[in-house]
Amino acid sequence: MSFNQHDTVIRFDIVKNRRKFFIGSSAIIILGLLFILFQGLHLGVDFKAGTRLDVYIGKDFKPAEIEAIIKEKIPNVAFSPVTTYGTYQAFTRFDQTVSSDTMMVVEQALKAKYGDQVNKQVSTVDPSIAREMVKKAAIAVAIASLGIVIYIAIRFQWLFGVATVAGLLHDVFIPIAIFSVLGLEVDITFIAALLTILGYSINDKIVIFDRIRENLRTMKSKSVEDLEHLVNVSLWQTMRRSIYTVATVFFTVLAIAVLGSESIRNFSLALLFGLVSGTYSSIFIAAQIWVNLKERNMLKKKA
Amino acid sequence: MIKWGRFLLFLVVVALLGTLVATTTTQVAGKITLGLDLQGGFEILYEVEPLEAGHQVDIELLKSTAHMIERRINIGGVVEPVIDTELPNRIRVKIASQSADQDKLRELIGKPAVLTFRDEAGKIILRGSDLAPNGAAVGYDDLKRPLVTVKFSDSKKLEDVTRANLHKRMAIYLDENLQTNPTIQSVITGGSAQITGDYTQESAQELADLLNSGAMPAKLIEKQVTSVGASLGALALQKTIYAGYIGAALIFLFMVFVYRMPGMIANITLAGFTYFCLVVLDWMDATLTLPGIAGFILSIGIAVDANIITYERIQEELRSGKTVLSAFRSGERRSLITILDAHITTLIATGVLFFFGTSSIQGFAVVLAMTIVVSIITNVFGSRFLLWLVIRSNMFKKPFWFGVKESEIGEL
Repeated sequence: MSFNQHDTVIRFDIVKNRRKFFIGSSAIIILGLLFILFQGLHLGVDFKAGTRLDVYIGKDFKPAEIEAIIKEKIPNVAFSPVTTYGTYQAFTRFDQTVSSDTMMVVEQALKAKYGDQVNKQVSTVDPSIAREMVKKAAIAVAIASLGIVIYIAIRFQWLFGVATVAGLLHDVFIPIAIFSVLGLEVDITFIAALLTILGYSINDKIVIFDRIRENLRTMKSKSVEDLEHLVNVSLWQTMRRSIYTVATVFFTVLAIAVLGSESIRNFSLALLFGLVSGTYSSIFIAAQIWVNLKERNMLKKKA
Repeated sequence: MIKWGRFLLFLVVVALLGTLVATTTTQVAGKITLGLDLQGGFEILYEVEPLEAGHQVDIELLKSTAHMIERRINIGGVVEPVIDTELPNRIRVKIASQSADQDKLRELIGKPAVLTFRDEAGKIILRGSDLAPNGAAVGYDDLKRPLVTVKFSDSKKLEDVTRANLHKRMAIYLDENLQTNPTIQSVITGGSAQITGDYTQESAQELADLLNSGAMPAKLIEKQVTSVGASLGALALQKTIYAGYIGAALIFLFMVFVYRMPGMIANITLAGFTYFCLVVLDWMDATLTLPGIAGFILSIGIAVDANIITYERIQEELRSGKTVLSAFRSGERRSLITILDAHITTLIATGVLFFFGTSSIQGFAVVLAMTIVVSIITNVFGSRFLLWLVIRSNMFKKPFWFGVKESEIGEL
């Protein structure tokens, strides 16, 4: 392959502009942190004491009618306004855990009003269990990151591992921040979504680093300029693949988010945010962090 | 020269795969266990607390309590409850059932078990709490027939009871259900009794467990409850599968438009990938939940990536002026390392999730790991084999078939 051909691949100098991406991402992260700090996360019953009730009514109804029934049958427990979703479905959340007997009474009242097709789904979680799950998931992410750094350090280079994990943390953080901003409900499936993003995002970064590693063998990279050029070329060589891959996954997940069951809507949305941030960070953050680390190394060796 | 033999082999492989998928998919899919969220049912996580102060929750108590729960559910007539014990003090009960008496069952499970010994008049003469902790065990008589040995904490009380009811029957009840009805054959003075009967090793152990759980009755506290009505679950499944079809159709069209002939082969192997994942899910006896389906559809996306990486590489080689065959060879070789590295790191992540995650996250990790392994087989090796057959048949020698325009090919 000639050098000329490499130059034609590059349509925009990503590496030279990396400071802008760093500043942009830092700004987003700080903004996200502020949102999480001040607005917090909208925690589902998985993380807060309470009971969530989903009902399938099966015909036209008014939320106020359901609220009236609930108020009549469970007078002392506060609940969020009944929200309708999908076709003939509604849900609400009680601030306290509600016993199954009481829920049965509500279901019977709804059946009496709307007919036997009425169906309910109830979730109650003790918050201690939820906290434990989050803790375990966090430990899992930490150990997984460590394992990935070690694998990449062996297969590639230590610096690639550091850059990958930095990118991964970015990718896990962004969906959390967006959920905080949009006030979307965070439940156990959200944790599963974050873990999926982790897996996908690793894939994406490895592919790009693999190309950089391959080019390191065939292209000269004695100076900082050479290195920057090499990374630019590698990024653009894999650009079509990066975009195509994220596009296919994106549209599949979008189909699930739009057409799939309401109960996994938040899961799919989290995946969408994570997919985009994962692809973005692979190119504009993780690879650029590696350039920074590598350059520092090169300058140190020279000095 | 066109080599028809190779192309014919390709057609045969594809036809076989197609027949297999077309004729058995419904059957395979039907055998997969659906989670509660898809077929209705409930899952409850209980925390076990000893009913009496001073007792500790240990594995024995946990196991015997789980056993007791199973007995109670079976009395209720529900098939195949899944009951897992989780250290240090939890029991998870999953019941997939469309029956409407969910709430009655929950009530039944949650009550502390009461073990009683009654005389022929039905009067309670001894209670589970009179048994020594872990006092029941399996023993053998002189003819090596299994029996159950029972130790009571107050030997005087046992002596009085056996004297008053000598040669009469003493019924053992768990709640209101008769478990066994042995005859008192002698006055027992030492506090240790034997229950003989027509026991097998298994049924004797069962009775011993039951007695032990009665001796240490536990209180069950509901910590997490999920209950799904049957029609809600079916609705969710239907919509999500429909969405999956749309997603798959989009991928199918995309691959054909961008990569032409190899894209077609990718679509064939993706269909194979989906099919074999279903087969393996069935073998593993894994339970498919809603996030599981979503993750599965996502894994199709990741499987597509393996094909895209390879085809992009082949296109690149073609653009640099190589022939189709040599572009295929070097593209295949160079992309293999990338794909394997990417898949292995993801496998590491799933391994960690499995060892450190809780039950639902573990299930997720297992499914993800499975799809990665199947993907390597179908989308890396399967896809390459088919593409090799087609290329070697010499029917598709123009770069057009690989989505490369003649004008893009550089001179070298």
